[in-house]
Amino acid sequence: MTAIIEIRDVRKRYDEGPPALDGLNLQVRAGEALAVLGPSGSGKSTLLNMIAGLDKPSEGAVTVDGLRVDRLGEAALARYRRERIGMVFQFFNLLDDLTAEDNVLLPAQLAGVPRARARARAAELLDQLGIARHARAFPGRLSGGERQRVAVARALMNRPPLLLADEPTGALDSASAADVRELLVDLNRNGQTILLVTHDTALAASSATRTIELMDGRISRDVQTVTR
Amino acid sequence: MSALGRVVRAGVGRRRVQTVVMTLTTMMAVTASVLAAGLLVTSQAPFDHAFAKQKGAHLTVQYDGSRVTAGQVAATAHVSGVTAAAGPFPVLSLRPHVGRNKSGMPLGDHLPPMTIVGRADPGGPVDDLDLTTGRWATGAGQVVLSDENAPFGIGDRMDFPDLPGGPSLTVVGLARSVGASAEAWVSPAELTALTAPGAVPAHQMLYRFAGAGTDAQITADRAAITAAVPPGSMTGAASYLKIRLAASRASATFVPFVITFGVLGLVMSILIIGVVVSGAVGAATRRIGVLKSLGFTPAQVVRAYVAQALIPATVGAVLGVISGNLLSIPVLSQAKSAYGTGGLTVAPWIDVAVPAVVLAAVAVTALVPALRAGRLRTVEAIAVGRTPRSGRGRAVRYLLGRLPLPRPVSLGLATPFARPARSATVAAAVAFGTIGITFGVGLALSLNAIQNGLNRRTPGTVVVSAFAFAPPAPGTDPATPLVKPAVKPAAIAAKISAQPGTRRYFSTGQTRVGVAGLAGRTTVIAYEGDSSWGSYQMVAGSWFHGRGQAVVPSGFLRTTGAHIGDTITLTEGGRSAPVRIVGEALDLREEGMVILTDDSSLTALRAPVLPESVEFAIDLKPGTDPRAYLDSLNAALRPLGITAATNSGRLSGTVVAMDTLAAMLTLMLLAVAGLGVLDTVVLDTRERVHDLGVLKALGMSPRQTVTMVITSVAGVGLLAGALGVPVGVALHDHVLPVMGDAAGTRFPAADIAVYDLPVLIPLVLGGLVIAAVGAFPPAGWAAHTRTATALRTE
Ligand SMILES: Nc1ncnc2c1ncn2[C@@H]1O[C@H](COP(=O)(O)OP(=O)(O)O)[C@@H](O)[C@H]1O
Ligand SMILES: [Mg+2]
Repeated sequence: MTAIIEIRDVRKRYDEGPPALDGLNLQVRAGEALAVLGPSGSGKSTLLNMIAGLDKPSEGAVTVDGLRVDRLGEAALARYRRERIGMVFQFFNLLDDLTAEDNVLLPAQLAGVPRARARARAAELLDQLGIARHARAFPGRLSGGERQRVAVARALMNRPPLLLADEPTGALDSASAADVRELLVDLNRNGQTILLVTHDTALAASSATRTIELMDGRISRDVQTVTR
Repeated sequence: MSALGRVVRAGVGRRRVQTVVMTLTTMMAVTASVLAAGLLVTSQAPFDHAFAKQKGAHLTVQYDGSRVTAGQVAATAHVSGVTAAAGPFPVLSLRPHVGRNKSGMPLGDHLPPMTIVGRADPGGPVDDLDLTTGRWATGAGQVVLSDENAPFGIGDRMDFPDLPGGPSLTVVGLARSVGASAEAWVSPAELTALTAPGAVPAHQMLYRFAGAGTDAQITADRAAITAAVPPGSMTGAASYLKIRLAASRASATFVPFVITFGVLGLVMSILIIGVVVSGAVGAATRRIGVLKSLGFTPAQVVRAYVAQALIPATVGAVLGVISGNLLSIPVLSQAKSAYGTGGLTVAPWIDVAVPAVVLAAVAVTALVPALRAGRLRTVEAIAVGRTPRSGRGRAVRYLLGRLPLPRPVSLGLATPFARPARSATVAAAVAFGTIGITFGVGLALSLNAIQNGLNRRTPGTVVVSAFAFAPPAPGTDPATPLVKPAVKPAAIAAKISAQPGTRRYFSTGQTRVGVAGLAGRTTVIAYEGDSSWGSYQMVAGSWFHGRGQAVVPSGFLRTTGAHIGDTITLTEGGRSAPVRIVGEALDLREEGMVILTDDSSLTALRAPVLPESVEFAIDLKPGTDPRAYLDSLNAALRPLGITAATNSGRLSGTVVAMDTLAAMLTLMLLAVAGLGVLDTVVLDTRERVHDLGVLKALGMSPRQTVTMVITSVAGVGLLAGALGVPVGVALHDHVLPVMGDAAGTRFPAADIAVYDLPVLIPLVLGGLVIAAVGAFPPAGWAAHTRTATALRTE
C-alpha cells in the first residue's frame, strides 16, 4: 500500500532555540489512524503544520497524496488545504460570527462548490454528527463537545483524504472528550485516514491504529496498536 | 524604571504595527492640518501681510531725469510724512526683442515696453523684494524679471538690437515686488549700458508714509512731495491702493475654495485620528485585563495606555510639522501666485498650535477606551478576544451569506457591521475626501470653462491691431498720451478682404461716452461688421443684433441696477443715443463697466472710436493654414507698418494657479482619505488575524483573502461616494457664485453645470477607489501572514 504521507529528513528551525523538528522521517499509509504523542514543546504541532502546509520545513521533503507540499506556492497550498486535508484544532477555531452551518459550509464555499450541493453535504454531515438541531446556532451558544463536532464536520466538508487534528480533546471535559474519541474511531472505521496530535494517552489508545512518540523533534517510539 | 514605565515601553515596542499606524496617522493628520491652517491663515488679508513683510511702497514715483537731479530726488526722503524711502533708482522703459529662450517664444518678436530699474540690491527699507527663483542681477548682461506674468524663464535672453552694440540680457532670477515697482531689474551699471546716447534715465523713488490708509491721505502725501521738487519734474506716481484693490479682489475669489479645502482636511484628520487611536487602544483591552489581574490600579492602567498612545503620536506630530512645512512650500507658492502677493509662509504659531491640538485630541481619544478598559472587570477583559465578541452584525452576516455571492465577498461585505461606529467614521472620512475631490474637479472644470468664456472676448484665428498694443508702464501716469499715428481701419479691412483665406471678419474699436445717470465716462466697444460668430460668452439674454441693442457685463448691471430689457441713454456733447440692453456677458475688465454694441448705435453721438484701439478679428476658411495665412497677410500689411498675429488663447496666471492649488489640495485630501482607510484596515486586519488564519487553514487563497479585505471597505467606499458626490456638487454650486461675486461677476450657468455623467460616474466610484487603494497594502499583508503564526495568536 502506498503512503499518503511521506516525510523525509525534515528539519525545522525557528529563529531561536534548538530545532523543533530534527531530521524526522515518517510514512503514513491511507486508512491509518496515527496518534502523535509527546510532551509539550516536542514538535507535535510543528509536524502537523508541515503536513498541512501551514509552515515550511527548513530542510527535507513533505509529500502528501503525491504532492510535494513544501514546494507549493501560496495559491496551490490553499487549493491543497481545501481539497486534500481537513483540520481540527484544540480551541475549535470556529468563526464566532457565523452559525454552525455557515462554519461547516466555508470550505465548500471557498472551493466554489455549487450552493445546493454544498448545503446538502453540510446537512448530511450535521445530521451524521448529531448536531443538526444546532445548525442555526452561533458557536458561542454551543458546548465544547458540540463545537468540536461542528469543527469536525467543517473539516470533512470537502471529503479530504486526510484529517488532521491537533489536541482535539485538549479543551474538553471528559464526557465530551469521550464523545469526540468515539467520533474519530467511527470515521477511521469508515476508511478516513487520520493524523492525531495529542498528549491524551487514552485518546491515542482508543482511537489510533498506530502511535508515535516525539521527543525533541525526533521520533522516539513507533508502535502499531491495532490493524483495521 | 517604574513598573508602569516598563509596561508602556514594552507596549510601544511589542505592538509594533499599532505603533507604526499611530505614528503614521498623527503625522498625516498634522501634515494636513498644518497645510490647512496655514492656508486658512494666509487667506486672511494676504496682500496686507505680504505688503507689510516686503515693506511695500505706498507711492512709487517717477521723475524726469533731465529736470531734476538724483540729489534733489533723494532729498524728498525728508519731506514730512515720509517714514521710509528707497532710491532714487535709474529707470528706463525699453522694448526688448525675444532672444534665445527655452520658453517657446518666437525669436526676434517685439515685446511691449518694459520698465527696467537699476537696483544694486533687492533689499532695502522700502520694497524689500522677494527673490522667488534664481539670484539677483549683479553683473553685466544679467536681468531679474518680475515673476508675475514673466514671459521668460531663467536662462532666457532678451535682445535690444536698436541700442548701440545690440546688448543682450540673460534672465538670472525672478522676483516679486508687492507694489509692482518694475517689470525688470538690472545692476545700475547695466542700466547705464542700456541707456541710448543722449537719453537720460528717469529716477524712481519709493516712499512709505505715516498716513497712507486712504486715497485722500495718499493724495496729500503726493502733494507734499511734489512741492519739494521743481514743478513738472514728477512724471508719474502710482499708489499701492489700486494694486491692493485688485489683489484683494483676486484673493477674495480664492478664499471660499481654500477655506472649503482647509476645513475638509481638518475634519478628516480629526475623524481618522479618532478611529485609529480608539482602535489601537481598544485592541489592547485584553492586555489591560492581564495588567489589572497583576495588581495594577485602573488609574495606572489608564495612564499606561494614554502614554502608549502619546509616544508614537508625539513622534508623528514632529514628523508631521516637518512634512507640513515642506509641503507648504509648493502649496503656498501657488497660493501666492493666486493671491497676487508674495511672501506667504506657515505662521510659527501654527507649528506649535496644530501639534498641540492634535496631541490633545489623541490623549482624549485614547482616554475613552482606556477608561472603559480600566473599568472593565478583570475577568471580562481577559476573556475579550477569546470568547465571542458582541454579536453585532451577525444578522447582516447571516443574510449576506445567503446571497449568491462568492464567500470571500459576502464575508468582506459583512465586516463593517461588526464595528459600526468605526465603519461609520471611516465612511465619513472617505465621504469628506470625496466631497473635496468632487469639489476640486468641478472647480477646475468650471474655471477652465470660465477661462474659455473669457477668451471669447478676442475671437478669430488671426487678429490685427491698428496699433501695436502698449500698456502704460507701471509707475507712469496712465493718462500719458501714446503718440503714434494709427493705421486707418478701412485700409486694414481692404487688405484682410483681399486675402484668399479670409472667411469673415469684424473689427472693434473703443470710445468713452457718458451714460445718463452715471458719473464720468464709460467705455463702449463698438463693433463693425457681423460679430455674431465671435460673441462673448453670455450669462443671460443674447448678443446684440444691429443698431440700438447693447450687451453689458454683469458688473455693469450690478453697478447701475439695470436689467436686461432696460434702455440706457449714451450721451456725447449734448447728443444722445438710446440703446436697449439685450444680454449680460461674461467679462471682468474695468469692473465690467463696459458697453458692447454695434457701431451704428453710436452714429447719432458722433463719438468716433479711438483709431489706435481698433482691432480686427479674422475667421479663416476651413482648411486654411494659419501660419501661411499669417505670413501672407503680414506681407500685405508691412507697408502699413503693422503686423497680424495668431490668436493664442490666453491662460490667466490666476486660473493656472487656482487649478494647480485645487489639484494639490485634492491630492492632499486623497492622501488623507487613503491613509485613513489603510490605517483602519491595518487595525482591522490585526484584530482579525486569528480569523484570517482559520480561513487560510480552511483553504482561503491569497486572492480570496485580498478580495475579502478589499470588499470589507468597498461598502464604506461606495456609501462615501454616494454621500460625498452630491454634497460636493452642492458645495461647488454654492461656492462658485460666491467666488464670482467676489470677482464682481455672475457666471454663465453652463460654466457651473460641469458635472456631466462622464464626470459623475468616476466621482461616485472615487470613494470606492480610495477605499480599495487604501485597503490594498494591508490586504496583501493579510494574504501573506504566516498561517501557523496567526493560529498561535490565541
Ligand atoms: N512560530 C514559532 N516561532 C518560534 N518558535 C516556535 C514557533 N512554533 C513553535 N515553536 C517552538 O518549537 C518547539 C515545538 O513547538 P510545538 O510544535 O508547538 O510543540 P508541541 O505542539 O509538541 O507542544 C517549541 O520549543 C516551540 O517554542
Ligand atoms: Mg501543540
